[in-house]
Amino acid sequence: MLNTVNIFEDDRPEGSDGADQMGHFVTGELDLSHGVALYLEDITVSFDGFKALNNLNLEINAGELRCIIGPNGAGKTTMMDVITGKTRPDSGKAFFGQSIDLTRLTEPEIAHVGIGRKFQTPTIFEQHTVFENLELAMKTDKRVWKSLMAWLAGDERDKIAETLRLIRLDGEADRQAGLLSHGQKQWLEIGMLLMQEPKLLLLDEPVAGMTDDETMRTAELFVSLAGKHSLVVVEHDMAFVEKLGGLVTVLHEGSVLAEGDLATVQNDQRVIEVYLGR
Amino acid sequence: MKKTLIALLLSLGSLSAQAALDPAQVRPLAAEDSSDKVAAIRQLTQTADPDAVRVLKAMAEDSLFLAGDKVVIIDGDKAFDGATGEAIKMPANPESPTVNNRIRGELASALAALKLFDADVSVRLASAQKLQSQVTPEMAPLLARALEKESDAQIKALLVLAHAQANLANTDPAARLAAVKALAETSSPTIKSVLLPLTNKAGEPDDKVRYEAIAAVKAIDSRLAIAENVGRAFSGLSLGSILLLGALGLAITYGVMGIINMAHGELLMVGAYATYGMQTLFRAYFPNAIDWYLPAAIPVAFFAAALVGVVMERTVIRWLYGRTLETLLATWGLSLVLIQSARVLFGAQNVEVSNPSWMSGGIEVMPNLILPWNRIIIVGFAMFVLFLVWVLMNKTRLGMFVRAVTQNRPMAGCVGVPTSRIDTMAFALGAGIAGLGGVALSQISNVGPDMGQGYIVDSFMVVVVGGVGQLAGAVWAALGLGIFSKLLEGWVGAVIAKISILVCIIIFIQKRPQGIFALKGRFVE
Amino acid sequence: MRKPLTIRILSALDKKSWIALGIFLALALVVIPVLHLNFPEDSALHVSTYAITLIGKIMCYALVAVAMDLIWGYGGILSLGHGLFFALGGYAFGMYLMRQIGRDGSYGADLPDFMVFLDWKELPWFWVGSDSFGWVAFLVMAVPAVVAFVFGYFAFRSRIKGVYFSIITQALTYAAMLLFFRNETGFGGNNGFTDFKRVLGYSITSSETRLVLFGLTAITLAATLVFAAWLVKSKFGRVLTAIRDAESRIMFIGYNPLWYKLTIWVISAVLCGIAGALYVPQVGIINPSEMSPANSIEIAIWVAVGGRGTLIGPIIGAFVVNLAKSWFTVSFPEYWLFFLGLLFIVVTLMLPQGLVGLWKKLMAKKGDAAC
Repeated sequence: MLNTVNIFEDDRPEGSDGADQMGHFVTGELDLSHGVALYLEDITVSFDGFKALNNLNLEINAGELRCIIGPNGAGKTTMMDVITGKTRPDSGKAFFGQSIDLTRLTEPEIAHVGIGRKFQTPTIFEQHTVFENLELAMKTDKRVWKSLMAWLAGDERDKIAETLRLIRLDGEADRQAGLLSHGQKQWLEIGMLLMQEPKLLLLDEPVAGMTDDETMRTAELFVSLAGKHSLVVVEHDMAFVEKLGGLVTVLHEGSVLAEGDLATVQNDQRVIEVYLGR
Repeated sequence: MKKTLIALLLSLGSLSAQAALDPAQVRPLAAEDSSDKVAAIRQLTQTADPDAVRVLKAMAEDSLFLAGDKVVIIDGDKAFDGATGEAIKMPANPESPTVNNRIRGELASALAALKLFDADVSVRLASAQKLQSQVTPEMAPLLARALEKESDAQIKALLVLAHAQANLANTDPAARLAAVKALAETSSPTIKSVLLPLTNKAGEPDDKVRYEAIAAVKAIDSRLAIAENVGRAFSGLSLGSILLLGALGLAITYGVMGIINMAHGELLMVGAYATYGMQTLFRAYFPNAIDWYLPAAIPVAFFAAALVGVVMERTVIRWLYGRTLETLLATWGLSLVLIQSARVLFGAQNVEVSNPSWMSGGIEVMPNLILPWNRIIIVGFAMFVLFLVWVLMNKTRLGMFVRAVTQNRPMAGCVGVPTSRIDTMAFALGAGIAGLGGVALSQISNVGPDMGQGYIVDSFMVVVVGGVGQLAGAVWAALGLGIFSKLLEGWVGAVIAKISILVCIIIFIQKRPQGIFALKGRFVE
Repeated sequence: MRKPLTIRILSALDKKSWIALGIFLALALVVIPVLHLNFPEDSALHVSTYAITLIGKIMCYALVAVAMDLIWGYGGILSLGHGLFFALGGYAFGMYLMRQIGRDGSYGADLPDFMVFLDWKELPWFWVGSDSFGWVAFLVMAVPAVVAFVFGYFAFRSRIKGVYFSIITQALTYAAMLLFFRNETGFGGNNGFTDFKRVLGYSITSSETRLVLFGLTAITLAATLVFAAWLVKSKFGRVLTAIRDAESRIMFIGYNPLWYKLTIWVISAVLCGIAGALYVPQVGIINPSEMSPANSIEIAIWVAVGGRGTLIGPIIGAFVVNLAKSWFTVSFPEYWLFFLGLLFIVVTLMLPQGLVGLWKKLMAKKGDAAC
């Protein structure tokens, strides 16, 4: 079933929703020629003297699945804020691919170049139906005039139906999203992220509040997405992290403390100190 | 300067030598023609003789008569010689000379001028002050004599000015030049208008004097402008104080508690009507202590407004916490109810609230700058209330509780803070402070049912500019807005000033949506 | 695949609503004119001029209420400055009506009376073209649109939201009111525009002109309803409500809220401008008090009373509140403000969904009881 994910690959001819149609989104093309999807260099963010990020350096390769762990206040959420344009760094560089400078784009522009974000607490449109939530998230021209004239085409309906099945909400399509359970909301938000067809997915604690079974299925989904997409997962659940495989980066006090596979990181003396205290 | 005086003294020589008045000088007082009388009065004035005072006073009191060719003064059944003051036999058929308004005016200023020679220093000072605005060229010799006799430094300074003014019409250019130079040191609009004719060729043939006059007018102008701007800044400060009193309450209810209270202006109104009520009460029962109604109104207004606030909070606002737009509409409804209640209770017309006597008058800082007492007191009162609020919020348990509740309501509840009672008390405090604002407002503007409406937009602007949750921000914003709008008013007029201020605020908020004193951090959305 | 626009518009309303709309138009365009013209004044079936003016006026208000609902009910943005757009439309059309007076003013001059009074020798530049109906009809929409666009662009771009936005819009209309109160502004100062004689050459007080204006207002209201229904049912409408409910989410999935908010804000302003233009010839006066903050906030209560987030709600609200107002101001003038004030309080405290919400609740209860 997870193989169906490939429907999200762009099968339309190149340029059909490229930069020319994006109008006010002057963003440029995503250039993955050097194999780097996300590049953060010396990012510093401070709030009234408190340094939430302190010379953070991070590189995510195209198609990579990276887990970020770290104690509370390590700067994980702030890092996501910087990548998605919610917070501007005081100094440092943030590039998506080779050419897209994230520090100069707004949130919608960053969404448009292909970065999707899932919030720590599920954020969905509670007054809309599940179907409408996915429809709104779907990759398309999101300017005002197009929205006024939009009319769902058959293939678009198919795509939404496909995602509904994937996130196991096909029976709830016309239900108001606010009435879903916490786990279902998490999945709906993941589904919305998939509808966006992003190149890079930022997932902030995606399995919080899920059952073990749901957690495992989420892990499977993420693993299947890797390769075609780059994923950055922030998580506290070590079993989930283990299941995902891939490299793990440990953040502490706003900068990278350690990096490596989970076993290496877990045996790192500094990491143990940070988590267990001195 | 000295030279001029000496020259003037010499020209007066013949006059000052005489002991009694010359009958030939007195006689024209009863002349047929008014102009002759005026000339006579002016001449007599210049003698600065006590006898002249006596004669002119008699003329002003209508006891001067003409008997034959002699001017006599008749006081009851006694008669005196006009020139010498000796008692004489009551003449038959004394004729009363016509004293019209022009003559009376002339007499009044003549007598005022002669007071410069009074024995009493305070009379001389008053006279010198009064003269400043009515100097005529003919007074030059008189003023010179007064100056010569004068020993008091303050009066002397005034006389120098008056003398210089009188000398502007002197035929000697040197005298005029000296006079202009002396006047350049002053900063009064009257003197400026005296100097103005000398700045053009028709009024002043001598180049040197004219240039000096132009320079003098410029110097006076710049000093006048300073005084004017200081005056505006001060009235801005007092407007800022009123805004501050309105905004301080809002800073608590909106800034700290997050309640949009559109009826805040009406709480000001409640305070103002409470002041009116106290005035009525004092007039009816303590007419002797009427000046004390204002201090008595302060606590009354505070508690009246606070009580209204408690009722508002308990019945309406309490149910709307967290729903700011709904709170806005509901409190607007409350404001309508309060306005209409005021109309029903006190009538739709403005009521009259008068300043206590100790608040009238002002301090004269410069000739064209008077700081009225009522405004000075309001500035002081605002500072006092500000201090009180600061102490309440930062040094008392109530303040601590309020801050705790606003920062983390559930946690404050958990550690035993009675959150709902704190809400009520904090709201009542904000309302009470608005009531105090009403007391201040009643002293400088109209008290009527609609008075609060005009202040609500301004008060919110102060809170918005100052930044939410910031007492310091409210203070700076209130004073800044007050002074800025008054300065602008002098420049472009009141309406345009108001519009520009609103536009400036709208632009300002574009740049800094969180206000001047914004908290920065990840917790602020 | 694209659907033709006609089908989309037809699907904006359900069958019942189309029928209701048809009945409404039949009433306004046929029944009322017939009753007004064909029955003598003492007949029970006669509809008086007073009633026509009143209903016409309230229909203009209903139009404003729908405009307000689009921005508040669907966009979640409470404007306290909508009276400004209404007045701008009214003033724009008022300029035309003033020019139509011609030399019939009390000074018998070419210029409008107030300009003669101010001793002006020629029309100010912004009055140029005001004698052309077409140009003025353009201004009626363009002026509110431009003001709304400029203000909205800066406000939304700085992400001014919620109460902040409300208060700034209030300041905006307040500033505009002060500006229009000045004689030098060139719009008649305190007195505004009044004493109109003609519109398009027809006498403004004749029954026929009144009925045409009345019918035009009804048609505009109906068309606005259909347009608004289409708008909120489109994807645009869904994005709009999504912005209302979770603005950050909508940004992170690639919508720029600025343009969505700005679009609905400008549409709302233009609708208000049209309402103002229809209002002025029927009521016969426009003055700066239309821009007073109190007027604008009253618009919000019409919407709240009817039920925001529905389209029929604001129309019901506008009618209920304004009929109550005309009854109170005649019978118990001193109690009107008490009533209005209490209405604000009661609706926000007890009827957050307005009368429509109450009706739905009652129907649901009835349904439950039937089961």
